[in-house]
Amino acid sequence: MASTTAFRLATGTAAIFLVIAGLLIGLVFWQTNRVLTDQVITTLTAEAGSLRAEAQSENSNALIEAVTARSRPEGPGLYYLADPAGKKLAGNLSRSPPEILAGQPGGVFRYRPAVTQTSRDRLGVAMSIPMPRGERLIIGRDIEDQRAFADGVKRLFILSFCLLTLAGLATALLISRLVLKRIEAINVASRQIMAGDFSRRVPLEGSGDELDGLAQNLNAMLDRIEQLMAGLREVSENIAHDLKTPLNRLRNRVEASLRDGSGEPTYRDALERTIEEADELIKTFNALLLIARLEAGPLDKSVEAVDCGALVRDVAELYAPVAEEAGLALDIEAGSGPVIKANRQLIGQAVANLIDNAIKYAPAGSGSPSLARISVQVASTPDTLEISVADHGPGIAAQNRERALKRFVRLDESRTQPGTGLGLSLVAAVARLHGGRVSLEDNQPGLRVRLELPLRAATPAATWRPLETPQNAASSAQAKS
Amino acid sequence: MRVLVIEDDRETAQFLLKSLKESGHAADVAGDGETGLELAQNGQHDVLIVDRMLPKLDGLSVIKTLRADGVRTPVLVLSALGDVDDRVKGLRAGGDDYLTKPYAYSELLARIEALARRAVPEEQETRYSVGDLVLDRLSHRVTRGGDAIPLQPREYRLLEYLMKNAGQVVTRTMLLEHVWDYHFDPQTNVIDVHVSRLRAKIDKSFDKPLLHTVRGAGYMIRDGAV
Repeated sequence: MASTTAFRLATGTAAIFLVIAGLLIGLVFWQTNRVLTDQVITTLTAEAGSLRAEAQSENSNALIEAVTARSRPEGPGLYYLADPAGKKLAGNLSRSPPEILAGQPGGVFRYRPAVTQTSRDRLGVAMSIPMPRGERLIIGRDIEDQRAFADGVKRLFILSFCLLTLAGLATALLISRLVLKRIEAINVASRQIMAGDFSRRVPLEGSGDELDGLAQNLNAMLDRIEQLMAGLREVSENIAHDLKTPLNRLRNRVEASLRDGSGEPTYRDALERTIEEADELIKTFNALLLIARLEAGPLDKSVEAVDCGALVRDVAELYAPVAEEAGLALDIEAGSGPVIKANRQLIGQAVANLIDNAIKYAPAGSGSPSLARISVQVASTPDTLEISVADHGPGIAAQNRERALKRFVRLDESRTQPGTGLGLSLVAAVARLHGGRVSLEDNQPGLRVRLELPLRAATPAATWRPLETPQNAASSAQAKS
Repeated sequence: MRVLVIEDDRETAQFLLKSLKESGHAADVAGDGETGLELAQNGQHDVLIVDRMLPKLDGLSVIKTLRADGVRTPVLVLSALGDVDDRVKGLRAGGDDYLTKPYAYSELLARIEALARRAVPEEQETRYSVGDLVLDRLSHRVTRGGDAIPLQPREYRLLEYLMKNAGQVVTRTMLLEHVWDYHFDPQTNVIDVHVSRLRAKIDKSFDKPLLHTVRGAGYMIRDGAV
């Protein structure tokens, strides 16, 4: 415990506090003593003045009488009057204290009281004053009681200093133990997480202090890590699921044609189809990797100013002939702008995926012409840019919408439509990367996909924002519709 | 055409060597960045194929050093890193084109042939012609056998790119990259629809087709059969 930061901090603070307390106590003590002594000396000086006045009177014995009168045995006043030859004339001091010299303002000395039961020396303060007729008067005050009081105060001070020290140490121990206990809780949680319990979180006290803040941040970090791990796990599971099937198909075909043995044309045909399937596999794999890459974090090298209106028109134009062949009309409502900082290729890819999806799922041209339309719009508010692609196809049932944004989900269970099943999830990943979101809505009938991107985000890398889960996107979509 | 392949994977290098020879090109192989840089500095090659991850000296450093030395040989960067950012880095280092592994050999061949052609100082051709098809780059007019063929702007650019590379295979990805400036997978074969529309305009009412589909590779415009 002595080696912990908390303990060192607490004891250090306590030590500094005690040193300062000690200095203060000493200062107060010294100052009090001085004030008391000064007071005594002032009184003595005044008294000396009045005695000197007595000495100057006609009566040569007046001084001796005055001193004798004042030298009551019980009083605090101490006197010693000697003639110029040094012989004692009056006073209650038995001898002239050697510590008191002429000309000094005042000094502390020990004396033995003349009339007392005890034989102990007492402390006094005195000054020596020359008298007009050559006598020397030593006038003083007993300060033994005062000193005893001061000593009592000193002992009290020392006692309280010791108590303070003890209290300081105890507080230090207590604080460090409290802090340590909470840090230990964090440690225990991290050890359990390291041991593999990823759902574990650091407990919060709810006090909202720094340690709670730290715990909250750690938990947020753990959430993010768990999300990423879940993403990775999902990728590997999906690779297993969606790549193994075509790989197996491919392998079976090669094996079958090897067994067939009807000669080169069969082999050639089988090889060509193998290459085609391999290409499809590569596409799926690339899309997967791209999504994983986008979710891992921001791109910095390839962000540029992109005119979204122009880009959307451009991509829509690329798909226009495809839509036309499918018997669909493509209505494009996009002007020029707004310009955002983005990765042009990724935004392009996202828009392409949306239009491609709409073409795949929109009803064929045989339906009523009002339904055989796909509408592509770019709109913007001061804060957001919205690209929406709407079709009149079967749409996606409300309960399936969040699922549709996940990887590999193709709601068409029979999987008759070509594609990797990654289209919408890639759009969602692109949106997240740019700080935006995707929402799916009912186009009555059909599906409207809205891709919202912030206009004010300086760079997607500048701020970390929590991943928008499809649930959030779906619920906010419902809230808006 | 003489190609230098800087690639550390022996099997890939041998495959490229063999395939390039079969396509009628001479090829050298360097197994690491330093050897590759040395060979490339001689400047005897028409195109360099540089893998990004190489022992001793990485691919991008090889390209940067070459460019700093004033060697202008066109470079195709090959990489397993297909990130959007990686392409930008590759091109900024001085690469002329970027191809992500795994790739189709036909794609690689079409790209290096286009690169080698581009390296030949392009006298400002103001018109391209293939057979009786003429594209005037100044007036943006296209005629075949003297008859004007009206084209949409995008169709015009598509034809222009095909005719610029007349006699050579142009892949779908190359078209997407050069005519549309998109470096992503458009899911459906949108390019095919655009090409067939163009074909309808320039070939349909004529006996001799000029715009050919090269199976498993892409398209080629030429006077005569593929």
